[in-house]
Amino acid sequence: MILHACLDDAARRWPGNVAVMETDGGAITYRDLDSLSDRLRDRLVALGVRPGDRVGFWVRKSIDAIATIFGVLKAGAAYVPVDPGAPPVRNGYILADCAVSAVIVESRFKEALLAQFSEHGAHPAIIALDGSGGGVHLRAALDREDLGAGVPSVRSATPRPDDLAYVLYTSGSTGKPKGVMLTHRNAVSFVEWCSETFAFTPQDRLSSHAPFHFDLSILDIYSALKHGGTLVLIGEEAGKNPAELARIVDEMEISVWYSAPSILALMAQYGKLGNRSAAALRLVLFAGEVFPITHLKSLVAQWPHPRYFNLYGPTETNVCTFYEVPTPIPDGRVDPMPIGKVCSHLQGVLLDIEDKPAGNGAEGELCIRGAGVTSGYWNLPQQSAKSFVAVGAGASYYRTGDLVIELPDGNFRYRGRKDRMIKKRGFRVELGEIEACLYRHPEVREVAVIALENESLGMKVHAHIACKRGEKLSLIELKRFCSERIPLYMIPDAFSFHSALPKTSTDKIDYQSLKAIG
Amino acid sequence: MTGENAAMNTIKNYILEEFLVGEDASKLTPTTPLMSTGILDSIATMKLIMFLEEEFGIQVSAHEIDEEHLNTLEAICGLIRSKS
Repeated sequence: MILHACLDDAARRWPGNVAVMETDGGAITYRDLDSLSDRLRDRLVALGVRPGDRVGFWVRKSIDAIATIFGVLKAGAAYVPVDPGAPPVRNGYILADCAVSAVIVESRFKEALLAQFSEHGAHPAIIALDGSGGGVHLRAALDREDLGAGVPSVRSATPRPDDLAYVLYTSGSTGKPKGVMLTHRNAVSFVEWCSETFAFTPQDRLSSHAPFHFDLSILDIYSALKHGGTLVLIGEEAGKNPAELARIVDEMEISVWYSAPSILALMAQYGKLGNRSAAALRLVLFAGEVFPITHLKSLVAQWPHPRYFNLYGPTETNVCTFYEVPTPIPDGRVDPMPIGKVCSHLQGVLLDIEDKPAGNGAEGELCIRGAGVTSGYWNLPQQSAKSFVAVGAGASYYRTGDLVIELPDGNFRYRGRKDRMIKKRGFRVELGEIEACLYRHPEVREVAVIALENESLGMKVHAHIACKRGEKLSLIELKRFCSERIPLYMIPDAFSFHSALPKTSTDKIDYQSLKAIG
Repeated sequence: MTGENAAMNTIKNYILEEFLVGEDASKLTPTTPLMSTGILDSIATMKLIMFLEEEFGIQVSAHEIDEEHLNTLEAICGLIRSKS
């Protein structure tokens, strides 16, 4: 039940296999990845990192980042990835919130990082990389610090199953992101389910499309490495470029693709997939949001040969239900695909509005328990407690907040949220976090953010604003303001200006009438 | 108005009409960042590429679809110039 054991094992069994590749040519073998992560482990321990600590990293997706992840795990700490493209204010908040004892950071982000800590005085130990790519920069940083005396080589930690492996931050409705705590048991039980379900082999080449702060990366990284396969890292820019992604899948002989539906939908529309055989592609996995059926049909029609799976599950459980899409998809089908059945390492139940198991065919909130489920949010005991519910004889289940119905064939169908959270590009977005951001704008008096389903966007986020003075604000200026505080995928798609927002009879903002405007 | 100014105005008007309805035109300057501020998201970027290819008779290759080539009106005009 030790997550990093997969690398130790793989380095023994397949030392010369390529463990990780970058699309611009960087590559590293299992043997070298193992020893580079050992060196970081030793450096972290010498800097005072102890088992149970959290260690952050602010590094673009790269071999250096993968080696960092394993170095942190081997030191017995939990890794905390921050989105390299997110505003520094947000990243600084995350790293301070979980009190990281060290951060591995690219030099160009270092000043922004230190600025976030300066108010509090002390800052974590910092290992600065001149860049990222090939593992070269991490190696150089370690070489630099080793000049003179090296650090003692220590043994890799042997964490207990309930020790933290990583903390992944997601959108918080009050405006501050919250950290989902995930243990070695949580991770390993999930990775084992992946192995059983998808039967990976050393010949597999898995894409790494998702960023490392997104839990899709857990399947990517640990499935690839556990089985001696190759993980092909796709950077952020290429990752938004449908034609480029089609080229990568084809030319780099990707056998397993995993991502949110929105990028697959873009690939189906703009990726010119008909020109790409992608002969090696055997599995297309998607998760994180509803896949608009029009684009899924188009994707399957252009690439009919792989098996397609809809995976569902919040960060708190990783994947908890799954469904294989029967292909080809009949023309007449207009409903989105079901989310399927609960994974074998977990149990699920639907609860009605009184928290009792919902009757046959009735809608209920999907609640999950088992080895893959988080124990809660970092330093948020009340929020954590609210997220769990005792069912029947007192077994504690995690509330997904998703409303689901059971179909006659036993598959679950997703029906919507209980609250104000939506998915954008597969990422969680609390509408309240967007509102909190806009309320910080000096000219905004009132704001209400609503979301409506939209055929091409998935969900369209619309911010309704009443200004303090004047009628409206510059869209360009508002978007720039947002981009400095929240990630790009959270920036509203549309803004409307009102002299005052509509109110209900109890003087609260009338969200329903705003939704009716469209 | 020179040929280049005409091109920039054409692109500026397209972006204003498609993605910034109601915005004061003077706020969109030759150096206003577009992708890094979310004004051009993934779908908008694809639509812009299609517009540029039709309007200027050029082909934009996959590796040119990034901030370096598209983040400002200036950069976009530079891209078009490089194709002639």
